[in-house]
Amino acid sequence: MSQVAAETSAPVVRSANGMRRLLRDPMGAIGLTFVVLLILSAVFAAWLAPYDPTAINVPAKLQPPSWDHWLGTDQLGRDVLSRALFGGQIALGVALVSTCAALGIGAILGMAAGFGPRWLDNGIVLVFDTVRAYPVIILALAVGPIFGAGIVTIIGILVATSVPYYGRIVRTSIISAAKSEYVEALLAMGMSRTRIVVRHILPNIIGPILILASMDIPTFIAAEAGLSFLGVGVKPPTSSWGLLLDDGYKFIRQSSWLVIAGSAPLILATLGFTFLGEALRDTFDPKLRRRI
Amino acid sequence: MFAYVIKRIGLGIIVLILAISTLYILVQAAPGDPASAMLGPRATPAIKEAFRERLGLDQPLPVQIVKYLWSVAQGDLGTDLKSKQPVWDTLAIHLPRTLELLAAAILIAAGLGIPLGCMAAVHRNSAFDRIVGALSVSIIAVPAVVIAIYGMLIFSAGLGWLPAIGAGEDGGILSLLHHLILPAIAVGIGWVGYLARLVRASMIEVLSADYIRNARAFGLREGRITYRYALRIAVAPTVTVLGIGVGIMLGSAVFAEIVFARPGIGKLMYDAVILRNYPVTLGAVLAATLILVVSTTLSDIVNALINPRFKEARE
Repeated sequence: MSQVAAETSAPVVRSANGMRRLLRDPMGAIGLTFVVLLILSAVFAAWLAPYDPTAINVPAKLQPPSWDHWLGTDQLGRDVLSRALFGGQIALGVALVSTCAALGIGAILGMAAGFGPRWLDNGIVLVFDTVRAYPVIILALAVGPIFGAGIVTIIGILVATSVPYYGRIVRTSIISAAKSEYVEALLAMGMSRTRIVVRHILPNIIGPILILASMDIPTFIAAEAGLSFLGVGVKPPTSSWGLLLDDGYKFIRQSSWLVIAGSAPLILATLGFTFLGEALRDTFDPKLRRRI
Repeated sequence: MFAYVIKRIGLGIIVLILAISTLYILVQAAPGDPASAMLGPRATPAIKEAFRERLGLDQPLPVQIVKYLWSVAQGDLGTDLKSKQPVWDTLAIHLPRTLELLAAAILIAAGLGIPLGCMAAVHRNSAFDRIVGALSVSIIAVPAVVIAIYGMLIFSAGLGWLPAIGAGEDGGILSLLHHLILPAIAVGIGWVGYLARLVRASMIEVLSADYIRNARAFGLREGRITYRYALRIAVAPTVTVLGIGVGIMLGSAVFAEIVFARPGIGKLMYDAVILRNYPVTLGAVLAATLILVVSTTLSDIVNALINPRFKEARE
C-alpha cells in the first residue's frame, strides 16, 4: 500500500455522507440489509426461535417446511429455523472474535517488525512465512482433534493462521510511512519510536486495514462452518451452520430440504458480508480495489 | 536473477524445515500422551514404554526434531497404523488424486476467469461487465463445501448426470474425467470470479499504458493489441494469486474429497484423524505443506522472471 493511500484514507466512518453513498450502491444496500438482519437474528435468537434448538422430536423428523416448522426439521425432528438462529450466534461470535484478535496481534507484530530493529523484523517475517506455509483447513484438521474440538480451538487456529496476513500488511504500511517526512520530523524532535508508531502512524494506516478485515469476516464464517462440518469445530448438540450442513449432507438422499434449509443461513451470511465489505471498500477507499 | 532464484529456494527450504519442526512440536506438546493416543486405551505401560523408545520419544525434544527431519528428508514418514505399510506408500496412492483435482480446478479457474476478465475489461461498463462483476463477487463468497454439496444434490442425486462417489480410478481416462467434473468445479469455481476480477483490473491498467496507445497509433488491429500484447502482461498477477491460492484450494479440496468420497489427501487425512492414525495425519499435512511451499516459491520465481520489478517489491 502506498504511503499516499495510507495518508489520504480518512477515518473509516467519517460521516453520514459515506453511509448514503454506501446505501446508493445496490450491493452495499443488499449486503447491509443481510448483515443487519443476521446480527439482529443472532442477538435475539432466544426470543425469535420458535423451539428449543436441541429439543428432539423423532416422530416429526425430516419434515419439509410448514407453518409449524418454517425451515422444516432435521433427522432428529429438531426445528431447523431455531437451530439456524442459534448457529448464527456461534458463526458471528467466532468471526468477530477471530477477526479482532488476529487484527490486534497482527498489528502489534507488524508494528514491531516494521519499526523495530532489523533482526526483529527478520525473525517476525520468518515466523509469518512459516505459518503461511500451512494450508489452513488441513492444519486445522490435523491439530484440531489434538487440542480437542470446540470453539476455542477453532478461534485459536483461525487467529494463528490469520495473524501473518494482517501483520504483513501493517508491516508494509509502517515501513512506507516510516520513510515519510513527518515521521523524520518527529524522530528529529526526539519522540520515542513506540510513541510515533502508536500515536502518529497507526491512526493513518488503520482505516484501509479495518476495511480489509471486514472483508475477511465471511472467510471466518465459512471456516467455522467448514471446520464444524469436518467435526473439528462445534460439537453437537450445540447448533452451528456447519453442523446443519453436515446433517443435510448425510441425509441428502432422504430429504433435499434439509440441505437447502441448512445451507441457506451460511450462503446468506457469506454473501451479505462479502457484498458489504466490497461496498465499504469502494465507498471509503477505492484505492484498495487494486489489492482485490 | 540467478541469485534471487537461489535465495528464494533457500527461503522455501528454511520455511519448510521450520514448518515441519513446529508441527512436530505441536503434536508433542498436545495434552495427553502420544503413545496412549496412538496405541489406544488397551496398551500396557510396558508396550507404551517400548513404543516411546522405538519412536525416540524418550529423548530430548531438539534431538527428536532433528531425527524426525532427517527421516523425513530420507522419505521415511513412519508406518501407517492401519495398513501397516510405510506412510509414504499410502500417500503415493492418494497424492495423485489431489494433484489431479488441483490441476483441474486451476484449469477451470484460468480457462474461464481469464477470458471473462479480459472481455469485461474490453467491454468496460457494459451490461456484460456488470453481470460478470456481480457474478464474480457472489461466487467468490459461497464456500466450496456448499458448492460441492449443491453439485451433488443437483447433478448426482437429482439429475443423475454425474457420479457422486469416488475418483473413477478403476475405469479409463473418461471415467477419471467424469468423476473429476463436480469436485473440480467445487474447488475452482470461486477462483473463476476471483481471476476474472483480477484480470479485469490489471487489463484496464495495461490497456491505458503508453505502448498500447502507440500500437493503436501504428494501426494495429484491436484484437491483436488486446490478446497479443495487453493480455500477456495482464495475466501476470494471476500467477502469484494462484501460487498463494493453492493453500486455499487445498482446503477446498478437503471438502470436495469428503463430499464426493474421493480418495485424495484430504479424505485420507479426514479418515486418519477419525482413526487416530497419527503418522498418516502428519504425513498428509507434510505433503500438503510441501505442495504449498513449492507452489508459492515457484510462483514468486515465475513472477520475478516475468516482471523484474516484482522481485524488488517483495524485498
